[in-house]
Amino acid sequence: MSELERQRWDVVVVGAGGAGLRAAIEAREAGARTAVICKSLFGKAHTVMAEGGIAASMGNVNPRDNWQVHFRDTMRGGKFLNQWRMAELHAQEAPDRVWELETWGALFDRTGDGKISQRNFGGHEYPRLAHVGDRTGLELIRTLQQKIVSLQQEDEREFGDHEARLRIFQECTVTRVLKDGDRVAGTFCYERESGRFFVLEAPAVVLATGGIGKSFKVTSNSWEYTGDGHALALLAGAPLVNMEFVQFHPTGMVWPPSVKGILVTESVRGDGGVLRNSEGRRFMFDYVPYVFKEKYADTEEEGDRWYDDPDHNRRPPELLPRDEVARAINAEVKAGRGSPHGGVFLDVSTRMPAEVIRRRLPSMYHQFKELADVDITAEAMEVGPTCHYVMGGIAVDSDTAAAAGVPGLYAAGEVAGGMHGSNRLGGNSLSDLLVFGRRAGLHAAGYAAGLAGRLPAVAGEQIDAAATEALRPFSAEGPAADAPPENPYTLHQELQQTMNDLVGIIRREAEMTQALKRLAELRGRARRAGVEGHRQFNPGWHLALDLRNMLLVSECIARSALERTESRGGHTREDNPAMEREWRRINLLCRLADRSPSFGPVEPGAPPADPVRGQIDLARSTAAPIRPDLLALFEKEELVKYLAEEELYA
Amino acid sequence: MSTYDARFKVWRGDGDGGGLEDFTVEVHDGEVVLDIIHRLQATQAPDLAVRWNCKAGKCGSCSAEINGRPRLMCMTRMSVFDPADTVTVTPMRAFPVVRDLVTDVSFNYTKAREVPSFVPPQGVAAGEYRMQQIDVDRSQEFRKCIECFLCQDTCHVVRDHEENKPAFAGPRFLMRVAELDMHPLDAAAESGLDRRRTAQDEHGLGYCNITKCCTEVCPEGIHITDNALIPLKERAADRKYDPLVWLGSRIRRRGEHTA
Repeated sequence: MSELERQRWDVVVVGAGGAGLRAAIEAREAGARTAVICKSLFGKAHTVMAEGGIAASMGNVNPRDNWQVHFRDTMRGGKFLNQWRMAELHAQEAPDRVWELETWGALFDRTGDGKISQRNFGGHEYPRLAHVGDRTGLELIRTLQQKIVSLQQEDEREFGDHEARLRIFQECTVTRVLKDGDRVAGTFCYERESGRFFVLEAPAVVLATGGIGKSFKVTSNSWEYTGDGHALALLAGAPLVNMEFVQFHPTGMVWPPSVKGILVTESVRGDGGVLRNSEGRRFMFDYVPYVFKEKYADTEEEGDRWYDDPDHNRRPPELLPRDEVARAINAEVKAGRGSPHGGVFLDVSTRMPAEVIRRRLPSMYHQFKELADVDITAEAMEVGPTCHYVMGGIAVDSDTAAAAGVPGLYAAGEVAGGMHGSNRLGGNSLSDLLVFGRRAGLHAAGYAAGLAGRLPAVAGEQIDAAATEALRPFSAEGPAADAPPENPYTLHQELQQTMNDLVGIIRREAEMTQALKRLAELRGRARRAGVEGHRQFNPGWHLALDLRNMLLVSECIARSALERTESRGGHTREDNPAMEREWRRINLLCRLADRSPSFGPVEPGAPPADPVRGQIDLARSTAAPIRPDLLALFEKEELVKYLAEEELYA
Repeated sequence: MSTYDARFKVWRGDGDGGGLEDFTVEVHDGEVVLDIIHRLQATQAPDLAVRWNCKAGKCGSCSAEINGRPRLMCMTRMSVFDPADTVTVTPMRAFPVVRDLVTDVSFNYTKAREVPSFVPPQGVAAGEYRMQQIDVDRSQEFRKCIECFLCQDTCHVVRDHEENKPAFAGPRFLMRVAELDMHPLDAAAESGLDRRRTAQDEHGLGYCNITKCCTEVCPEGIHITDNALIPLKERAADRKYDPLVWLGSRIRRRGEHTA
């Protein structure tokens, strides 16, 4: 089987969303021959679904904005758990990354003086999000896609081959990162259309695969979000950091059932929309937490004045960071003050004229009209929390985006951890993709160039093992002689229900312990997941392979969530409701515990997988202290809410 | 909540042939056609091939023909059909079938590469771009395109005329030319590239006889014909046939060269 097609590249980028494409552009411009491999068609990545905007302190709308203010907001949003050097680089470099998009043809909405317009968003002190209506992600992906096409046109002129130095392998999946000793040596891939296997040999691999939402039942994420990059990193020996932090976006659609979870952009609130319960009360005023008391309005009048006069009024609490709003909605519904379909009301219809709503929120208008028969210019939307984003991810070096402990492996975007701490601010994702996508591409290309003559080699046995693993679903057998194999769709649904019910927005020790038991059981069954038909575009087979990744990532989330006995950002423990200053410095690292047997075929009569041990080893590590000049950007009164005594006076 | 059993006919097969297969499948309140296809996968046909991503009308992956009409499956609600009717789902007709509802759309990616990219203005640094909203409105409308390729599928120039494909970019990519032509800062002309002429000579604008089929199927409601193709035709015609416009542009260009 080691006879299959091999191609040699300098850098392989896995994933073609914002981070992957930005990495590929940078690597190619740095001189590396670069291959991008993605599960969907080129230009369809999950980034297209981002709505609100790209956070960058350009100061076009409020000139007081600068990178220091953006840095502060990001740290506050993440409850100071952020890898602070990443937050610093992100805030400093985001404006250049946005401006650069204009030179590639992007067309953002404009201010009166012709600059890029910026809008308000939760947790951002000033209007900061560069946007195009509520379809900013589409503009970002299309701009990067078209930049790649322009680079390919250059290659066509120079070499007569569009793909001489930059090629997109679309609708292909990577199932393993291959290694030579400690180092990265390439990727094992299959073409979804034909089922054909192939190997890309490369000394540097950038993982940019996005998130994990498809492990949860109610999610805003597309089918691609099966935690592939997270799992590939674990399997290659790299650790994941702080996987317990999962963001539940406060406003997903709740009705009809088939669209439950689809995102309702935060711009609705940024532009003036308000949240009300069944009694008509703007309940967010009841949920401003202690750490944010001074920064948010305590009357509706002040909150409403803020939209026109932000310098003399405080912002309305509808614009608190997402974790706060999601918990508040959850609490209102639980207290019996929810909407008919189990959410709360989000209203713009009484807040601005119909024609303004249609202009500023065109895709929300369209989405509710088409999918729910709701005219948002005339009535309120019903919304509730939906699994949206994972803050945890591959542990990376802040400056180079290099994954810890595996030379040649890089990660950027949602799949990388650290940048957002315990909770991400809206708008900081698109900027994260650009800033760290670029850095990952740059450093991956540099690493590959520096290896001249010492290239890693891919061993045939690794390729054979990867091929055997990928083919297993076709020969899976049931638990007994006459029982059928497991149905991958059923297993997926059970996994989603488990994570939703037991490791969701509000967590309890007993439920997470139960979740780990169920995950172990599902893992055993997933090894018997079988498929019908053949390898040509077979979605049942693809899902059976993706299950491995979802189960690994789900275990990381459940295990880390059980370990962290406090509540912070996207991790809320009903049994440990307080944020503990001692926990701020603690990072939880997940590593693969048991490399070979858990993925091999099931031996007859083998004991069930051990839920206590599972596949993941968990370790604590202590974060580096925040640099003093960055700490000096905050008032001491604020820092004491987050930092332990010894950190303050170090 | 109401539930009923719907009758579906779904095309199954590959490049070598295939046919419609009958299914009876449960439908719940508020569902869309893509939900039903997914239910078929989960319960009756696990290897039924379908391309999809966001299920929210934003990515343009799940294009197909529903009762012969080019549509996004995720944005076609079951409530638009009578429960007694049979719903027929077939792959896009203008592109070769890969398997079941999945077609080979590489034609579109080839055409995308043939449109010269945005040319940044010389001497304007990143961060110094200034454009008025009113001047970017038109190109922004075209940039709403989610590349579902339904307009390419329905356009009669290529729908049943494989022979026209090499010479014709299709509405989506003619609209791309219009978008760049109307971009306030695109410097193609300064670099010697006449986008209007290439629309006519290289991308087959002349094949379009403005029947507006593309506009009708656009899930984003972009006025492809009225706002992109007709203005592009007018501009191309000006350039081509109006001797004064032609002369003016020659003089201006010569002036720039000597400057």
